[in-house]
Amino acid sequence: MTSFDVAASFPLLALTAGPVVVMLAIALRRSHAVAAGLSAAWLIVALLGLAALGVSSPARSVTSLLTMDGFAVFGMGLLVLAALAVVMLSYRYLRGYTGWREEYYVLLLIATLGAAVLVACDHFASFFLGLEALSVSLYALIAFFPGQPHSLEAGLKYLVLAATSAAFLLLGIALIYADIGTLQFETIVAALANRIELRPLLFAPGMVLILVGIGFKLALAPFHMWTPDIYQGAPAPVAAFVASVSKGATFLLLLRLYHLTAPAIEGTMQALLAGLAVVSMLTGNLLALLQQNVKRILAYSSIGHLGYLLVAFQGTGPMIANTASFYLVAYFVTMLGAFAVLIILSAPGREAERIDDYRGLFWRRPLLAGVFTLMLLSLAGIPLTAGFMGKLWVLAAGTSAGAWTPVIVLVAASAVGLYYYLRVVVALYEPGRGAPAPAMRAGWGENLALGSLTVLLVWFGIYPSRLLKVVALAMASLWR
Amino acid sequence: MILAIFLLPIAGALLAGAAARVSAPLSRWLSLLVLCAGLVLTLVVWSGHQATLWAPGASWMLELDRPWLPLLGVHFHLAMDGLSLLLILLTYFLGIVSVLISWREIRERVGFFHLCLLFVLAGVVAVFLAADLFLFYFVWELMLVPMYFLIAIWGHENRRYAAIKFFIFTQASGLLMLVAILALTFLHYRLTGVYTFQYNELVGTRTGSPTGSWIMLGFLAAFAVKLPAVPVHTWLPDAHTEAPTAGSVLLAGLLLKTGAYGMLRFVLPIFPEGTAKLATLMMVLAVIGILYGAFMAFAQTDIKRLVAYTSVSHMGFVLLGIFARNEFALRGAVVQMLAHGLSTGALFVVAGIVQARLHTRELGGMGGLWTTAPLLGGLTLAFVMSSVGLPGLGDFVGEFLILLGAYQRSIGFAVVATLGMIAALVYGLKVVQDAFHGPNLRRLRMRDVLPHEGAVLLVMLAGLICIGLYPRRLLHALDPSVPSLPPATVMSDTGARAAR
Repeated sequence: MTSFDVAASFPLLALTAGPVVVMLAIALRRSHAVAAGLSAAWLIVALLGLAALGVSSPARSVTSLLTMDGFAVFGMGLLVLAALAVVMLSYRYLRGYTGWREEYYVLLLIATLGAAVLVACDHFASFFLGLEALSVSLYALIAFFPGQPHSLEAGLKYLVLAATSAAFLLLGIALIYADIGTLQFETIVAALANRIELRPLLFAPGMVLILVGIGFKLALAPFHMWTPDIYQGAPAPVAAFVASVSKGATFLLLLRLYHLTAPAIEGTMQALLAGLAVVSMLTGNLLALLQQNVKRILAYSSIGHLGYLLVAFQGTGPMIANTASFYLVAYFVTMLGAFAVLIILSAPGREAERIDDYRGLFWRRPLLAGVFTLMLLSLAGIPLTAGFMGKLWVLAAGTSAGAWTPVIVLVAASAVGLYYYLRVVVALYEPGRGAPAPAMRAGWGENLALGSLTVLLVWFGIYPSRLLKVVALAMASLWR
Repeated sequence: MILAIFLLPIAGALLAGAAARVSAPLSRWLSLLVLCAGLVLTLVVWSGHQATLWAPGASWMLELDRPWLPLLGVHFHLAMDGLSLLLILLTYFLGIVSVLISWREIRERVGFFHLCLLFVLAGVVAVFLAADLFLFYFVWELMLVPMYFLIAIWGHENRRYAAIKFFIFTQASGLLMLVAILALTFLHYRLTGVYTFQYNELVGTRTGSPTGSWIMLGFLAAFAVKLPAVPVHTWLPDAHTEAPTAGSVLLAGLLLKTGAYGMLRFVLPIFPEGTAKLATLMMVLAVIGILYGAFMAFAQTDIKRLVAYTSVSHMGFVLLGIFARNEFALRGAVVQMLAHGLSTGALFVVAGIVQARLHTRELGGMGGLWTTAPLLGGLTLAFVMSSVGLPGLGDFVGEFLILLGAYQRSIGFAVVATLGMIAALVYGLKVVQDAFHGPNLRRLRMRDVLPHEGAVLLVMLAGLICIGLYPRRLLHALDPSVPSLPPATVMSDTGARAAR
C-alpha cells in the first residue's frame, strides 16, 4: 500500500485535475466553448484511463481510502459517460444564458469526481468525502440560473435535505465505528466474519441510519419529498445529472455496502429494501398520475424506477448485483435520453416542461418525437427497449427467490405508470394544437448524445448479452 | 421460408413508411403487395407440407431456431404447425382487407398509418409463430404499441380514452404473464436444472403443484383479457368502437384470436391438471360471456359498439370450446376463430362504410338504407346471418362443433349456450331492420359499395361460405400429428372422424 499505483489511480487523478484545469482556463480567458470542450476532453481522458484498466482488473488499492476493482471501474465508466452526456447536452442549452456560465462545468466536474470517489471508496471517510463533494457542487448547480422559476427554492431545499441526510449518515457511521472500531471496509468485513454475534444496538441500527441517508439521495419513498421540486427548479441538464449520476453513484455505493455486510445482516437488509421498494414503486407511480409538468413526471417516474431497482435485491447470489447494475445502465440510458429530448426543446428560463409543449411534436419533428416515444416506452418497460430488458431481469430476480409481494407490486405499479407515460405519448401524436414549442435547432453535441443513447437503448433492448457479460465480469469483484 | 413469413410484414412496414414520402398511393400499393405475397407464401407452404397440429414429441411443419440470450436459455425460435398456419392465413387475409378498406378512409399521415398497420400484422404473425415463451411475450407486447397508435391517432371522437384503456388492460395482464413465464422457467429449472424458455421443453414440466396453478393463472390473465372473457372485457367495446375501420378489423379479427391461440397453444398443453380443475369456472364465464355479450349487443344503438359486443358473445363460444377440452370443441373453437374473424371483420367493414357515408354510427339515425344501397344491404344481411350462425356459413360450423363438444362435457352448459344463438338472432335482425329496412324517414341517400369495397366483402363472404360448406381441409390441418395427446384432450377418435 506504500507504493503508489499510478495506472490504477490515473482515472481519479484525471477527474481531479479536470476542474482545476477548467478553472485555470477560465481565469486566463472566459470562453464557453473552451470550458465545455476542456471538460469533455478531461472526461474522455478519464474514460480512456478506465478503459485501460478494464472491468476484469484485480482490486488495486489507491491509498487506504480507495480501491480500484472491477466494480469501481465499471461504476466510474458509467458515471463518467453519463457526465459526458450531460456536458454535451448542456452546451447549446447554456448558450441561451447570458450570465457567467463557465463555472457550471467546473461544478459539474467536481460533482462527477465526488460520484467517482463514491463508487471506489473503501473507507467511510472517503465515502463521506465523495458524497459531500457531490452534494455541495449540486447545491450550486441546482440554483445556477437565478432566472429559472423556483430555482433558489430548489437549491435551498436540496441544501437542507441533503444536510439532514448527511447527519443521518454520520450518525450511522459513528454507530458502526462504536461497534467495530474501524472505518475501513476491509477491516469491517473481517471483523464481521470473526464475530460470533453482533451487538444488536450498534451495527444494525448504524446500517439502517446509513440506509436512510442513502434513501434521501436515491429519493426512495418515504424520503422522496425533495425530488419533484428539485427536478422542476433545477436547469434541465442539472436535473438529468441528479437523476443519473448522483443517484447512480449512491446506488452503486449501496450495492457495495450491501455485499460487504451481506454475511452479517442480509436478511434484515433484504426486508428493509423490499419495504422501501414497495413504498417507492407505489408512491412514485401513483403521485405521477397527478402531475401536469413533464419534469415532475420524470421525477416521480425516477422514484418508481429506483423502487423497481431495489426489487433486484430480493434475488440471490451474484444475481443481485448483475441485475441491479444492468437495470441501472438501462435506467441511465433511458432517463438521460428522455432528458435529452427535453433539453433540446428548452432554453434557460423557458423549458419545455408542460405537456402542452409536446403537443403535436411528431408532426413537426418526427425524429425527435419518435425518439422521445422510445424513451417513454422504455421507461414504461415495453419490449425492444433497454427498459424492458431491465424490468425482465428484475422480475426474474424477484421471481426466482419467490418474493411475490414486491413482484406483484411491480406489475401493478407498471400498469399505473403506463398511464402517465402514455399521456405524454398521446400528446406527441396529437394534431398540432396547443402552444408550438420554440423551433430550436439542436446542437451537434445534443444530436450526438441523443443518437448514441437511442442506439444503446435499442441495442440493449434487443441483444443485451454483451452488456450482461461485462456486468457479470465487473460484479465478480464484489465477491471478495 | 418461415423467416420470410415472419419478416415480410416488417419489411413491408418499413417500405410503406418510407414510400409515403414519395407518394401516398405507392405506400398503399406496397403494403398490399407485401401482404399478398405473404398470403401466397403461406398458401405455398400449406400445399407443400402436411399440415397437422403439433404434439409433444412430434416435429414442427417448419421451424427456425437460433440462440438469442444464452444466459437465460432464450432462443429465437419460430415454428409453424397447422394451427399457426390457419391463423397466419387469416392474418394476411385480414391485413389485405384492412389496407383496401383504408384506401379512402385514411387520408392523413398515410405512411405512418401503413407502418403501424403492418407492424401490428408483423406482431400477430410473430405471436402465432413464436415457439419460445420469451419471444412470445416480446412480440405479444410489441404488437400493442402500433395498435395503440392506430386507435389513438386515426380513431374517432373518444379515441384517446379508448387507446389508453386498451393499452393498460393488455399491458398489465401481459406483465402478469411475464411473471408467470419466468416462474414457469424457474420451476422447470428446479425440476431439471436447465434454464429454458423453449415451448417444446416446457410442455413436459410437471405443473400439478399449487405453484403450477398460480403460474397458469398468470397466463390465463393475459389471454382472458385479450380474448376477452367477462369480466375483463370492458376495454373491448371502447377500443373497437373508437378505432378506425382497419383498426376494428384487426382488433376483432386478429388480436382477440391471439388470446384464444395462447390458451390453445400454451395453457391447455402446459397445464393439463390446472385447466381440468379450472374448466368448470371458465365454462361458466364463457356462458356468461355468450349471453351477456348478446344482451348488451341488443341494447346498443351505436352500430360499431353493437358489433363489438357480438364479439364478446362469439369469443364466449370460443372460450367454451377451449375449456370443454375435447376433440370436437377444440376444432370448433379454431373454426369459430377463423369464421368470426371473417364475419365480424366484414361487419366492421360495413359499419365503416356506413359511417364514412352518413357520418353517424347511430342506428336510430338510419333506416331504409336498402333502397339507396341494395348491394350493401344484401351483403350485410349475409354477414349477419353468418354471424348469428345460419347453417351453410362459417360461424355455424364452429358453433355447432363447440356445442357438440360442450354437450359431451356437460349438457347444462350446452343448453344455456344455445340460448345465446337465439339471442344472436335477435340482435342480428335488429341491425338489418334498423339500418336497412323500414321507411327512410330522413331521406338518407348514400352511395352503394364501391368496387374495391364490394370485392373485399365478396371475398370475405366467399371465405365464409367455403368454411361453411367445406370445412374438411381446415379440420385436417388440426389433426394431431401423433396420437399421443393427453387423454383429457381426446374423447373419441371415431367421433372426431364422424364430425368431418
